[in-house]
Amino acid sequence: MTSAGDPAVNTAARPEGGGRRLPLPWLGVAPFLLYVGLFLLLPTAIITYGSFTTKQGSPTLSNIAGINQDFLINAFVKSTTISVASALLGAIFGAMLAYAVATGNPRGVFRRIVTSMSGVLAQFGGVTLAFAFIATIGNVGFVTLFLQSHGIDIYANGAPLYQVSGLIVVYSYFQIPLMLLVFLPAVDGIRPQWREATESLGGSTWHYWRYVAGPLLAPAFLGCTLLLFANAFSAYATAAALITQGGIIVPLQISNLFTSETGRSQPGLAKALALAMILIVMIVVVLYTLLQRRTSRWLK
Amino acid sequence: MSRSRRIKLQVFRATVFLLVGAFFLLPIGAMFEFSTRGNSVTSPRTVEAWTNILQAPDLTKAITASLELAVITSVGMLVLLLPTMVWVRLRLPQVHRIVEFLCLLPLTIPAIALVVGVAPIYHWIEINVTDSILILSFVYLIIVLPYSYRALDAGLAAIDIKTLSEAARSLGAGWGTVMFRVIVPNMSTALLNACLLSVAVVLGEFTFAQLLYFVNLQVAISYVGLTSAGTSIAVSLASLIFAFTLLMVLSFFGRPRERVARAEENLPGTESRVLPLRSSFIGVPDK
Repeated sequence: MTSAGDPAVNTAARPEGGGRRLPLPWLGVAPFLLYVGLFLLLPTAIITYGSFTTKQGSPTLSNIAGINQDFLINAFVKSTTISVASALLGAIFGAMLAYAVATGNPRGVFRRIVTSMSGVLAQFGGVTLAFAFIATIGNVGFVTLFLQSHGIDIYANGAPLYQVSGLIVVYSYFQIPLMLLVFLPAVDGIRPQWREATESLGGSTWHYWRYVAGPLLAPAFLGCTLLLFANAFSAYATAAALITQGGIIVPLQISNLFTSETGRSQPGLAKALALAMILIVMIVVVLYTLLQRRTSRWLK
Repeated sequence: MSRSRRIKLQVFRATVFLLVGAFFLLPIGAMFEFSTRGNSVTSPRTVEAWTNILQAPDLTKAITASLELAVITSVGMLVLLLPTMVWVRLRLPQVHRIVEFLCLLPLTIPAIALVVGVAPIYHWIEINVTDSILILSFVYLIIVLPYSYRALDAGLAAIDIKTLSEAARSLGAGWGTVMFRVIVPNMSTALLNACLLSVAVVLGEFTFAQLLYFVNLQVAISYVGLTSAGTSIAVSLASLIFAFTLLMVLSFFGRPRERVARAEENLPGTESRVLPLRSSFIGVPDK
């Protein structure tokens, strides 16, 4: 449906009726705009305003400057580490899974199972995911006990589940399925003829991946990895359920600064952190969208 | 394809499936094992943790609240979004981009950030209107927008709503009749998809409920976990199985429509940017 010409068609088809009942077609979208304005744009404005004002409402930069504290910088570093690592793990294994699925029967049961399961597992997060891993590698988890009975104590150097390394593994549980979902269309777009063409020109498997499939898939792969990064960076619930004390990542710090019941809550700083998160995620998602657009050019 | 390469490919596929499969099935199996443990190492298997789910009053209350929220959010989403999208396609195509942008915008605003901004609004509502947990559906409607929008957009793209509504209008139908007797029956699968996705998102939501001090299903599970790990793991597994069932229903109903959409892709008057259904679920609100 193109936008050009539509109003003309409308007036031709309905000269009077529609116009008389609703004199302003804009009224039709007013409830939606009002609602989104109230519960999405207004909160965003509150965050932005609060980041640059004191509790009393006078303008200040101290909230933004407040991010430059050791414990917050540390949280940003850890958040970034976890997001990059889980995005890379998710991207690599998800891409291998996508290739394994794409090279199978396109109408097969197997493919259907893998994609449906991924649909569920990419959505699986938060408290339930945290408990799944407590049952697995928690201090009395299934795998922990199994390894202990075989002489390996994964708790010898502290609890891995509640640290950066643990969160990376836990996050991979929703990153790999998400990668499969977003990357599979690009892998499906590769035609077997391209490989045959490479071979008929004397190219090896390496040549094919290096000069044909690799460059074609690279933007999609990069874009999907960025999406995974944004996904991990905004994740809060899983970490909140696992780590109840202290905040090692930015979302947990926001929650701490926001709720501190001892009266030490710093709403201005919480808003500044929220604003920083929104900006980072927004930039990453925009880059993802641009790279996806590039991919869809040859996908069709 | 040469024989040796075919074998290599099959070995690669089998290895990937086994490795990834093990990684994904292990925690699910571990949940099952953990939730059926007896009190000590030697005691026999028991389903006590599972029966405890029904006996915890707070938990059943939270489950009820979450289900109510899911229903309210789905209905609210349909009431707000569907007429808007139909209206934009028919009468205001120039704002199509704006509506799409606003609907997808929540994907770029992490829940933990948005909650900081909605807290003052909720504070106001709690003081001046009501402090019922059901007011969470206001913000849940926002976080389900991207998923519902994509599902409904795919549904609308698959039918020629312009011709349908003009035909109905020329036969004397009012806008209500056009909506309920022409458009809705023609995109029932898309509506179902949008609703199921919303239900799945709402039932899994934790961030807003916790930070606005409401006890929904996920918050209740995290409380149960403080006293009884077995029960909380049983509830987690139960909710995962529930989500599986829900989304299996989705992909079951989704398939025929997807095929129709694809077949009509090249017909004039329909849009070709029909998303495969599963992609409606990409980008995740609450991890």
